Amino acid sequence: MPVVTLTINDELVSALDGELLLKVIREQGVKLPTLCHLDGLSERGGCRLCMVEVEGIHRLQSACTTAAREGMVVRTHTDRLVSYRKMILELLFAERNHVCAVCVMNRHCELQDVAAKAGVDHVRYDYLATGLPMDTSHERFGLDQNRCILCGRCQRVCDEVEGAHTWDVMGRGAGSRVITDLNHPWGESRSCTSCGKCVQVCPTGALFNKGVTVSEMEKEPEFLTRILEGREKKQWSR
Amino acid sequence: MRVADLKTMAEQESAALAVFRARLLVCYSAPCLAAGADAVREALEKEVAGRGLAADVQLVSTGCLGPCSRGPMVTVSQPGQADAVYEKVTPETAVAILDHHASQGPPADGFRMSPENPFLTRQMRVALANCGLIDPERIEDYIARGGYGGLAHALHELDPSEVCFEIKHSGLRGRGGGGYPTGLKWNLVRKAPGAKKYVVANGDEGDPGAYMDRTLMESDPHRVLEGMAIAGYAVGAEQGFIYVRGEYPVAAQRLDKAIKAAERLGLLGSRVLESNFNFRIDIRIGAGAFVCGEETALMASIMGLRGQPVPRPPYPAQKGLWGCPTLINNVETFGNVPDIVSKGSDWYAASGTPKCRGTKVFALCGQVENTGLVEVPMGMTLREIVYDLGGGIPGGRAFKAVQTGGPSGGCIPASHLDTPVDYEGLQQLGSIMGSGGFIVMDDRSCMVDVARFFMEFCLDESCGKCVPCRAGTVQMHRILTRITQGKAGPDDLEKLEALCEMVRDSSLCGLGQAAPNPVLSTLRWFRDEYEAHIHEKRCPAGVCRLTPSEGGER
Repeated sequence: MPVVTLTINDELVSALDGELLLKVIREQGVKLPTLCHLDGLSERGGCRLCMVEVEGIHRLQSACTTAAREGMVVRTHTDRLVSYRKMILELLFAERNHVCAVCVMNRHCELQDVAAKAGVDHVRYDYLATGLPMDTSHERFGLDQNRCILCGRCQRVCDEVEGAHTWDVMGRGAGSRVITDLNHPWGESRSCTSCGKCVQVCPTGALFNKGVTVSEMEKEPEFLTRILEGREKKQWSR
Repeated sequence: MRVADLKTMAEQESAALAVFRARLLVCYSAPCLAAGADAVREALEKEVAGRGLAADVQLVSTGCLGPCSRGPMVTVSQPGQADAVYEKVTPETAVAILDHHASQGPPADGFRMSPENPFLTRQMRVALANCGLIDPERIEDYIARGGYGGLAHALHELDPSEVCFEIKHSGLRGRGGGGYPTGLKWNLVRKAPGAKKYVVANGDEGDPGAYMDRTLMESDPHRVLEGMAIAGYAVGAEQGFIYVRGEYPVAAQRLDKAIKAAERLGLLGSRVLESNFNFRIDIRIGAGAFVCGEETALMASIMGLRGQPVPRPPYPAQKGLWGCPTLINNVETFGNVPDIVSKGSDWYAASGTPKCRGTKVFALCGQVENTGLVEVPMGMTLREIVYDLGGGIPGGRAFKAVQTGGPSGGCIPASHLDTPVDYEGLQQLGSIMGSGGFIVMDDRSCMVDVARFFMEFCLDESCGKCVPCRAGTVQMHRILTRITQGKAGPDDLEKLEALCEMVRDSSLCGLGQAAPNPVLSTLRWFRDEYEAHIHEKRCPAGVCRLTPSEGGER
């Protein structure tokens, strides 16, 4: 694969042609927030937090879905980008009920972490207070729709890594909901293998282990790269 | 079927039609049917049979003729005479019309649309050339009017690169709204490496008030199929899909019938017109999602996936259906192709403006005298469309704005009525050409309310994949609702503008990127109305019911 040179925030950077911009940017030590991206899963480009400005392209580009090309001039933290990121995070907080003080993921939550780092200290928009149902029918795990940010990680890990495709999304727009099977209770799902990968990759407290209380839920999404590497090396084959 | 057979068929068909003393073409499209076209046809049938005129007079149920507010429409076509168009026909007047044209009765001029009516004379019909004049369910009617001649010409006299060149040279641009040069796109797909390629016609027309594609698919389905087949030959595809909006069952039925008829005659399927070119077309029916008009979401839907857009690049021309190079054009774009190929690109490029060649179909609706479908050369001014073709505003009221481009477009005020209609001209005014929705509003429309309506549409139709569109449209709609209710605070306008910019710049697909357009354009031209709502609690147009405070309710 040919090597290319591009400019990121006024610094010359080398990369492989076609390598994802997000990876190149992060290798440079530039902190770019993401919520839907997770190493080991396919890219989605849905949270729009990793947007960057690329010279010569009119629209903002999500770094997680843009390929590095020769001569690209990329900016990651212009005033406009910083303010847009804050707005997007505020929109997420306003959309459902993200009340950290009573959440199992308090202090371990990716949404909380990203927002704190982006300097979100208040929300300018109306809280929609959705009051969505919970699904605690599974014997080990629970789902709280009110904390879901529709990042699609659970769907992708279930489909791409576990191969079960239990999770999907129904409805559209603000009415979108993650569902198991054809909107059957999780506990009655015939496709779910109860592997728990979805719980581990969920960035918020939407998916959690039963029995934990406030701030007790800790997740380890890095397990994903570990098992994917293991698979590649046929670490577990007999 | 060979090319010679096609010509023979056209000649035979024309000869068969020439024996009729008069042909009565009854418009059988939805607006005319709603106005009673069924009863008109029944009365005519009875009368023709009763008088024993079956050998002299032919009755044809056609697709849409265009002037939809004047239905039911009947066109009388007689050899050696200009077509006579009758409007608001009742069963009784239908008999009088028959009397005049078939039995030398007195003229029924009271119901005749004046041949000088600009609605008829100012149009230039290319894509709609056959609409209202042929029976859409008979392939022979289409062939008699030169149908499939473009395909025959392309297959036997041009090689694929020459077809692409013709399209490029004609200056045709995407009629779905984007205005991407069609020839350029065809060449991209032709040159893209891939053993298998696809052609897709986008018939998922979702803009409120727009029905150009529906009319074309219902009234002249073969034109779309021919355009797709020519495209298939030009780019090297053997499979086409036509994606029809789920709300258009008649269009899907007629296309299905048309595909079968064309396959029977060897105009589609294996070895088209005895050449080495194979082309199949299948119909895919949408399930009611506006976002599936976006090309990547449309492809996902065709492949049986959830209809959600994916980031571009890669563009469909590189990686489309099942990873293969895919050509996606709007139905109307394909509708222009057969004539460009058969009559030549110079003929097509002679109309329109230097940057935008040819014609565009608009669905005139709202507060104009003549609502309906019109096809006009590019570069005609908005004023000519509204006042000449549209016949002006009813009741002598004042024109306020015209909304083009549906929920992705904007409102253009009276001060810019003399703008020529083309892609760039409308874009400069903060609107877009879009697929061809053209909603005229008079002084009784509140522009904030209009913006709120379109935002409601976008929030309902957002797919939910990216946050700015999914959550941003909800918040923008809440602010707009507050403004129309008189509950908005002084900082709401600033908040709304900031949200508009963010959603426009950071959404994943065209739906979200364009969703703020109706707000931004009304803010640009009618900011005073927003301010009157917020600061004076007053709706200048008298539409919004504001909570009574200083300004009071109107």
